[in-house]
Amino acid sequence: MTAPTLVDTRGATSVDVAPRGPRTSTVFWTAARRDALTGYLFILPQVIGVLVFVIVPVGLGVFYSMNDWNVFTGKMQFIGGEHYAAVLSDPQLPGVLSATAVFSGGVVVLNIGLGLLLAVLLNRRFRGVTLFRTLFFSPVVVSVVAWTLVWGFLLQDNGGINGVLEAIGIPGTNWLQQGSTAMLAVVVTQVVRSVGINMILFLAALQGVPGELYEAARIDAASSRTIFFRITLPLISPTLLLTAIITIVGALQAFAQIAVLTEGGPGLYTTVLVYYVYQQAFAFNDIGYGSTLALMLLSFVLLLTLLQWQLRKKWVFYEN
Amino acid sequence: MRTDQRRAASLVRRVVLYIALCVLAVPFVVPTVWMIASSFKPLNEIFQTPPTLLAARPTWAAYIEAFSFQPFARQYVNSVYIAILVTAITMVVSSLAGYAFARIRFVGSNVLFLVVLVGLLVPSEVTIVPLFQMFKGWGMINTHWPLILVTALAGPCVLATFIMRQFFLTLPAELEEAARLDGLGRPSIWWRIALPLAGPALSAVAILTFLSSWNLYLEPTVYLTSPELFTLPQALTRFTDAYGGDMWNVQLAAATMTVVPVLVVFLIAQRQFVEGLAHSGLKG
Repeated sequence: MTAPTLVDTRGATSVDVAPRGPRTSTVFWTAARRDALTGYLFILPQVIGVLVFVIVPVGLGVFYSMNDWNVFTGKMQFIGGEHYAAVLSDPQLPGVLSATAVFSGGVVVLNIGLGLLLAVLLNRRFRGVTLFRTLFFSPVVVSVVAWTLVWGFLLQDNGGINGVLEAIGIPGTNWLQQGSTAMLAVVVTQVVRSVGINMILFLAALQGVPGELYEAARIDAASSRTIFFRITLPLISPTLLLTAIITIVGALQAFAQIAVLTEGGPGLYTTVLVYYVYQQAFAFNDIGYGSTLALMLLSFVLLLTLLQWQLRKKWVFYEN
Repeated sequence: MRTDQRRAASLVRRVVLYIALCVLAVPFVVPTVWMIASSFKPLNEIFQTPPTLLAARPTWAAYIEAFSFQPFARQYVNSVYIAILVTAITMVVSSLAGYAFARIRFVGSNVLFLVVLVGLLVPSEVTIVPLFQMFKGWGMINTHWPLILVTALAGPCVLATFIMRQFFLTLPAELEEAARLDGLGRPSIWWRIALPLAGPALSAVAILTFLSSWNLYLEPTVYLTSPELFTLPQALTRFTDAYGGDMWNVQLAAATMTVVPVLVVFLIAQRQFVEGLAHSGLKG
């Protein structure tokens, strides 16, 4: 895994070769200036895109969160921190946050565990290894909605999973109608669909462990378990940590899975924060409160990203 | 004797490995297979107990109904054209910006790059509430514009710009120097030298962007209300009868038509897919 760097590594030599025009005071458009202008023009569409479709909306979101907006009459009234106070006293929010925590936590633990297991099993040469890697990766390219629909179909009370369980003598259950099994269902659906990406990242990390370390350990007659826990795991732990955070951030954004499989139910059991934001803003038309909750979601994501950057710095430090 | 034992042990280990992998593969493979198989079943066979995989009386009825129940062909065209358009715009915008950030020196390039990176940090689920109001103000609700503009210029495009910049940073400077001595301007260098070398990065960007657009669900759900404007993921969830019950066989047939073409392309161009999507894992 090559870590994308945020550090500017452009060599000065590569850029300074621009043949400079004669430096007279009459020529304004020197080659370097013209080159810079081209640079601005090249980045213009992207910068405008981010300004208009990301930065302005975030600013507007902050504005909405401080106003009470009746979308039917179109009246907007400044209310300062009232929505923020409402967040603290929202009787549903503790349930929503705990569902978010259970969902994200469940996804990250299962995803990292399974991803690592698959990577270790498939990090060797044997007949069919490519086929298995392809199979485990394939759900990643399946549309989230289609994938979730099929799982919903299989998880019906009279669906395929209960049918198979019954055939082998285990009583099934109505998976999507009970809180704990509904949560399990959304977690598993999400993990199976996306674990392929982590598997690939872990495979790359495993292949980055120097072979001499394994040889040395084998000469010392270390068991394969010792080798895994003492050599492999510590060496790939930076990847594990970063992947874990990326996976949590992804889980915080999981909307389609919840909307299609459980619609947040039963009760509030699977109403994660992103789904709650959608409900408040678009089902209940509460733009102000919805925006406030969206900012809360943003702050979670930013905190995790900050944590990731700190860890990545540390990782680079270890590599040196 | 000892080598025989060792060979036997290794054979046992191999068999155990295969069994473990096959068991693990069940939840990854069976849903897709079951979806395809069930889409050919008549409704009364779909929830049969004990469940069967293959239809006893296979039928195309669900496929035909998918097209008559909703303007499914139209919705299919919507998804395809939006995904292609978004991918094309993203490839141009991100390769231009990525090239400039990597190779051209101009005042403020680092600051502007950080501004662009903000687009990677903010999830689209956060901006959709104000974006809806903005597009409402511009009269673009219930049109494809929000899906095209936001996807092609923010969101996946920012990740694409990041990938392109990382790639162009690795290009040797000599190539450009030679071209500049030959009198080529920046646009020609970008088009005739940088882009032809950027094949792998561009295909990663194309796959990533196409899939992001193809899979959009929250955005169409929020912006579109007319069935003939729907995209596929949104249309899939609308195959319900008058009582709100799911029309499973039709849903599965429509899902099959959505999934299978992408799966086939994936099987053909696996390496590019894996590289492209691994980049999405590195996001952030």
